[in-house]
Amino acid sequence: MLSTRALVRGLQAGLWRRVSTSTSALAAHGHSSAVDVVDCSVPQYNNRLDTPLPDIPFITNLTPEQKTLKEKEKDAWTKLSKEEKLALYRLSFELSYAEMKKGSDEWKTVLAGFFFFLGFTGLLVWWQRIYVYGDVPHTLSPEWVEKQTQRMIDMRVNPVHGFSSKWDYEKKQWK
Amino acid sequence: TQSSAVVETILSCCRPQYHSPLAARCYSHGKQETDEEFDARWITYFSKPDIDAWELRKGMNTLIGYDLVPEPKILDAALRACRRLNDLASAIRILEAVKDKAGPHKEIYPYVVQELRPTLSELGIPTPEELGIDKA
Repeated sequence: MLSTRALVRGLQAGLWRRVSTSTSALAAHGHSSAVDVVDCSVPQYNNRLDTPLPDIPFITNLTPEQKTLKEKEKDAWTKLSKEEKLALYRLSFELSYAEMKKGSDEWKTVLAGFFFFLGFTGLLVWWQRIYVYGDVPHTLSPEWVEKQTQRMIDMRVNPVHGFSSKWDYEKKQWK
Repeated sequence: TQSSAVVETILSCCRPQYHSPLAARCYSHGKQETDEEFDARWITYFSKPDIDAWELRKGMNTLIGYDLVPEPKILDAALRACRRLNDLASAIRILEAVKDKAGPHKEIYPYVVQELRPTLSELGIPTPEELGIDKA
């Protein structure tokens, strides 16, 4: 869906460093970004802690420099510089174990969105209370409640532990 | 009688035979593989002179699937297999996987690297720490 893609792009640019999409993964391989589908009929690369060596290397279309580096790999590795060794690692693997295990700040965005919508809902409820709801019944008016309370005391409602037990009948006041 | 002999034979293969009290698996019957046999089997696997890339991947992924950290001897054979296959990246990946397998037991990985140090120096394999990929 175009809208979800735009949303992901916006989040990638602004907030989350690593919201991965199939498009971005394929683009790194050298596939055109127009290809949005993954070919599941061929072995796929994956970043998994329990699969240290995936079926294919991460980058398969090598530039000429990368090809020469691969040729140099056939010789003694002691001759390779640290940068070359790192480059060889990155050719085969997208994410290191540390990068795989790293968390993201996504939870902050989720929590912020949660509170935002909670607040927005609160505003809607407030508006509704003012503009949609009518007046409260007359039986909740202070005068009515006063008469009602007096009647409950006279009836001895819940005299043992409840309502009337809180009323001091001698002093005619609340305990 | 013949029938009791047959029964005896059948029952004899079901009796447990203990080679090592610390064997990892508890089968109801059959031989239990010792740690040494396990190690030897895997060293032999990775030491195959003409091991191919698929076998290396399959072996490592299977080994990492077990509930154990492989012995340095096995890892040494695996690293040398990477050398035969001209695959430095996989060698580094193996070290990363070992550190991950150790989990909360932080003393295991330095011990393994210490044991493998001669091989790492000989083959020119850097540790993930030396390349800086141990921190994200």
